[in-house]
Amino acid sequence: MMDTPSILERAHREDYGRIVATLIRVLDGDFSAAEEVVQDAFAAALNQWPREGVPREPAGWLMRVARNKAVDRMRRSARLEARVGELEAVAPSVDDAGWQTLPDDSLRLLFTCCHPALSPEAQVALALRCLCGLTTEQIARAFLVSPATLAQRLVRAQRKIRTARIPYIIPEPEALAERTEGVLHTLYLVFSEGYAATDGPALLRVDLCEEALRLARLARSLLPGDAEVASLRALMLLHHSRRRARVAADGGLVLLDRQDRSLWDGAQRDEGLAELGAALAMGARGPYTVQAAIAALHAQAPRAEDTDWAQIAALYARLVVLTPGPVVALNHAAAVAMARGPEHGLALVDDLEASGRLADYHLLPAARADLLRRLGRKDEAVSAYRRALAMVRTAPERRFLEARLRELLAE
Amino acid sequence: MKYLLMIYENEKAAEALSEADVQRVMGEYGTFEEAIRQSGHFISGEELEPTAAATTVRIRDGKRLTTDGPFAETREQLGGFFLVEARDLDEAIGIASRIPSARSGSIEVRPVREFAMPQD
Repeated sequence: MMDTPSILERAHREDYGRIVATLIRVLDGDFSAAEEVVQDAFAAALNQWPREGVPREPAGWLMRVARNKAVDRMRRSARLEARVGELEAVAPSVDDAGWQTLPDDSLRLLFTCCHPALSPEAQVALALRCLCGLTTEQIARAFLVSPATLAQRLVRAQRKIRTARIPYIIPEPEALAERTEGVLHTLYLVFSEGYAATDGPALLRVDLCEEALRLARLARSLLPGDAEVASLRALMLLHHSRRRARVAADGGLVLLDRQDRSLWDGAQRDEGLAELGAALAMGARGPYTVQAAIAALHAQAPRAEDTDWAQIAALYARLVVLTPGPVVALNHAAAVAMARGPEHGLALVDDLEASGRLADYHLLPAARADLLRRLGRKDEAVSAYRRALAMVRTAPERRFLEARLRELLAE
Repeated sequence: MKYLLMIYENEKAAEALSEADVQRVMGEYGTFEEAIRQSGHFISGEELEPTAAATTVRIRDGKRLTTDGPFAETREQLGGFFLVEARDLDEAIGIASRIPSARSGSIEVRPVREFAMPQD
């Protein structure tokens, strides 16, 4: 038998988003009012359950209490009085077990949180707050901003939703693909921030990856026919399955070729491979699919030397076409170096350097240094490592580069 | 709800258009305006003279300061606007994306503030 706090915590994790999603609709798109009544319901539970016992249907109980608080609120407002009847129809809550939310409500909330008229930072914050039930403090910590800054970001976003009248709807079919792309990009941002933190002491912020996975699972269940959603979820699962092997005991970064593959999460990898299979069966060919396919090839190699680099290089060549960008180009060069030899990779890195597009990106000199080392051009490799060290921003990556440089100097 | 769709374009590029291109764009604007009149979204819309014709006025310490030129020098300049009635931001964005200049310049979509009736 679980105690009240853990039952409540689980209800918060699993049901907060869909309860809020329904109440936002009923409260005419008022995000902050919906959040308030749902939070009040959780507070009431924390107070009543220890005394009166945990209800048989915790989520139904919470929905009923939140609904009643919404009715009180609406009765106080002349504008909303007329909608009380509608609320009765949405959540006729005599019986807690009989209550359920429409999946459409969660989908509405997902699309509204990820509306392109909101800044990417605001989209991420809103999704984590409204769909995952994270507190302002938790989100602020994850993104290394002050709670005040994050609270202001949320307030501004909610004000814009209201004043610009961003609709609380599922987009029209003709806009659905474009808008789904935006949703996926937001989920990808959450995951990337967790997977490779751009700043700060820790390399991975597992919490954010887990939240991104939760959101991806939600999106997947809400948009079951969308191949790119399945691809993105596959990509996240495959990357996340390597989390334990990616960080050394001292917090340092461990690259793929040196990872202890027995630490990989086999169940999560298999789930990722299955998702990729589902995506491909639906005809997925987009950038998330290609990235997931690359991750799958790594995941399927029993040892680093078994990696199918020729296919990975071909997939990166495809990705360079789909999403042209210097970082993708750098990954392509690294894969070509593995498939055809370091001198071929170095030629591509030289082209990139000449283009000047990665002038302040530490991974460019780091990749160059690695290729020069493998070609036996030690002095050039040392100076490339030193240039990379001058640009690197996270502590674990700095330690990684320093270790490589030490190894090279000791040779 | 009312939205102001402000059309920003690079004036220099617009001035460099050939006579044939100007005629084509005018035709596109005519078709667009007719369409949003028919659909009931149109409230008003005007094309503005270039910023060379602009004058900026300020009152400071009770004194009027009149200067030549626009309020701010920007890469793209306000060249015209439509005031439209739309259900929500998505509909307003849909209308804005059909403005011919959306392909060469930028359209800023701004909701017009509504003064709600006092409640309770």
